[in-house]
Amino acid sequence: MISFELTEEQTFIRESVRKFARTELREIARKCDEASNLSDELLAKTWELALTSSSIPERLGGAGLPHSCVTFAIVAEELAFGDAPLAAAALAPSLFVNPLLDFGTREQQEELLPLFTTNRYHAASLALHEPNFAFDPAKLRTVAEPRGKGYRISGSKCFVPFGDRASHFLVVARGDTDGLEGLEAFIVPRDAPGLRLSIEREPTLGLQALPLARLELRGVEVGAEARLGGDRGIDGARLINRCRLGSAALAVGLSRAIQEFVIGYAKERVAFGQPIAQKQVIAFTLADMEIETHSMRHLVWKAASRLEQGRDATRASTLAQSYVSREAMTIADNGIQILGGHGYVRSYPVEMWYRNARALTVLDGLVAL
Amino acid sequence: MIDFTLTESDEQILDEMRRQAMACRKYARYYDEHEDEFTPDALPEAGNFKNPYKVVNRNEEVDTPRRVLHMLVCATQAWGDYGVMMRRGERALGNLVLDLAGTPEQKQRWNDKTLAIAITEPGCGSDAKTLQTTAARDGDEWVLNGTKIFITTGCRCDGVVVAATTDRQAGHAAIHPFIVMRGTPGFEVTQRDKKLGIRADDTATMVFENARIPRDHLLGGDEHSTHGFSMVLSALNATRPAVAIAGLGIARAALDFTRDVLAQEGIKVDWGVGRNSRTAVEQELIEIEADIEAALLDLLYAAWVSDGVKWQRHEAAIAKAKSGEVARSAARRCIDLLGPLGISREYLLEKWLRDSRITDLYGGTGEIQRLIIARHILGYSSVELS
Repeated sequence: MISFELTEEQTFIRESVRKFARTELREIARKCDEASNLSDELLAKTWELALTSSSIPERLGGAGLPHSCVTFAIVAEELAFGDAPLAAAALAPSLFVNPLLDFGTREQQEELLPLFTTNRYHAASLALHEPNFAFDPAKLRTVAEPRGKGYRISGSKCFVPFGDRASHFLVVARGDTDGLEGLEAFIVPRDAPGLRLSIEREPTLGLQALPLARLELRGVEVGAEARLGGDRGIDGARLINRCRLGSAALAVGLSRAIQEFVIGYAKERVAFGQPIAQKQVIAFTLADMEIETHSMRHLVWKAASRLEQGRDATRASTLAQSYVSREAMTIADNGIQILGGHGYVRSYPVEMWYRNARALTVLDGLVAL
Repeated sequence: MIDFTLTESDEQILDEMRRQAMACRKYARYYDEHEDEFTPDALPEAGNFKNPYKVVNRNEEVDTPRRVLHMLVCATQAWGDYGVMMRRGERALGNLVLDLAGTPEQKQRWNDKTLAIAITEPGCGSDAKTLQTTAARDGDEWVLNGTKIFITTGCRCDGVVVAATTDRQAGHAAIHPFIVMRGTPGFEVTQRDKKLGIRADDTATMVFENARIPRDHLLGGDEHSTHGFSMVLSALNATRPAVAIAGLGIARAALDFTRDVLAQEGIKVDWGVGRNSRTAVEQELIEIEADIEAALLDLLYAAWVSDGVKWQRHEAAIAKAKSGEVARSAARRCIDLLGPLGISREYLLEKWLRDSRITDLYGGTGEIQRLIIARHILGYSSVELS
């Protein structure tokens, strides 16, 4: 039946993650942005939330809880409400773990999932984005040619989260055909011969705190066991949909942060004898932010719900991503406008949120719901 | 649990509504072009129409909450045809005011009548408290004077709930709802509006010239009550979602038609490809659908939080604002995609443009909704934000 009811567990998770985001992430966000860095200490704190390991089977050291894409969307939104790049950092291992849970063979799961059930943050990632202006997951240029029993992977990947320290990458490549159905993913360890990792963090507009690296795959050879899903392969559409919705969920949280901050500012800032929140243009812009944060969340939940139920979610995910990309950016853009000149300087958070919003709304491979 | 799937029982109800909707749609053009006629109480096909709620076994534990499903039913009716389908009901907005404000005796007396609501005047719409229609007590009667416009179901109704003031200087506190039945001397329906769209709706002007009604026609019975106006507004609040969903149903009809005819030309959306692999047409179709979907979900959410209680004002305002915005843009953008045939009267698309345009105007304009929303999120009253 149609219902918007959070379970008790979801309500609890939402409240505790929201509190964590405010106290732990929001406080350090600007510092991390200026430094283009984040601390191991922060990663350790996020690891304590057990976000990555909760759905890993008990026999492999996890909590063995059923995975809920909707709950993950709620978590992503709340963390991003604190800070989007730090949220992406906290959830980055999901890029590797969730597809492994979804598609991995028993052997692949047994070998790799225990890495994520110790009490230390373990970095692993997904290499999806490619450095060309026509980037499209349905038309990837990274290819894996069959070589004997294994594969030879060639291509370039960019903006790979935690490329500087991930032990393993899921490299997404074009298989036999174009289209999402034709996608393959390969488990590539960081020391694989032929894999070149950039030393410096890739320079970007936003998400400065999140480590991002370029990968060059020059004939990286992997065995058959590296193909995610073994003979079955993966459901490429499902993988990409999870990623698209992950970015979208982060964007909803970021939008809410902007809205909340701007409301506070507009009620305090006086111009022409009254707080600017009392001017209709400003008030209506704020009303639109409220409308759109609601709308974006509902679209993300609907698509996440379909994913969770194992139903085809491509249409719903595309609708959600298209909408969120546009509206989150509008909120960020209006956020600056309402602050006037203060929206332009780095002593206020809005310009940082604007840069983050722009980055979030074009990067698919940050979080896998 | 957060979920958006319909149960079998839900689907059966909506299937039946779709069937009825397609039957009604055959009459859509006729009543659009015969503005002075009234849609019949029962179409020839109606013998075949079931009230789906009565036919299907619903399990309140697992089936979609009634208020939520009702939104989808209304959307389907409007998708068929707003005028032919949605306006055949026996209850109008005035009935809602009677429910909220009437004494038990008044409710019993007028419950089975179709009652319209008359608030708007030539000089006041959004700022309803400045209405000028007066009600003066003369012994055992009230004497009403004034003009009301844009009254939905104004020609067909049995009577009308009129918002009138006993003291023009006293603002909203002196506004009360009065019932005036058809045939009252001094009360006249002077014209039926010719409109851009929803032409099958009889929208009327009413003039009250020393119209005399018995004293007990004051709803609620208390001429010193200061709550009369808020009762009237509550009724409006309750219908907001219904008018919003109608707009979305029409928008959906426009999109479905557009997708179908483009598909016949070999133009379809590839849902999996990235942004810069899409044609401009695909991008438009995706955006229009996402807009409609977003507004629909906002409405379903408002219905869900309001299930079993009165409509929650903030969520209803969000839903109405979004629906109004989408209803204004969807059919317009669809016509962009279809070239000259988009404006041909051989197809219903141009009618859907005209019909959907009302959505952001009545039940409170989009600007008023945003005022309500802004006040809520800012913690302001009308003093701080006018």
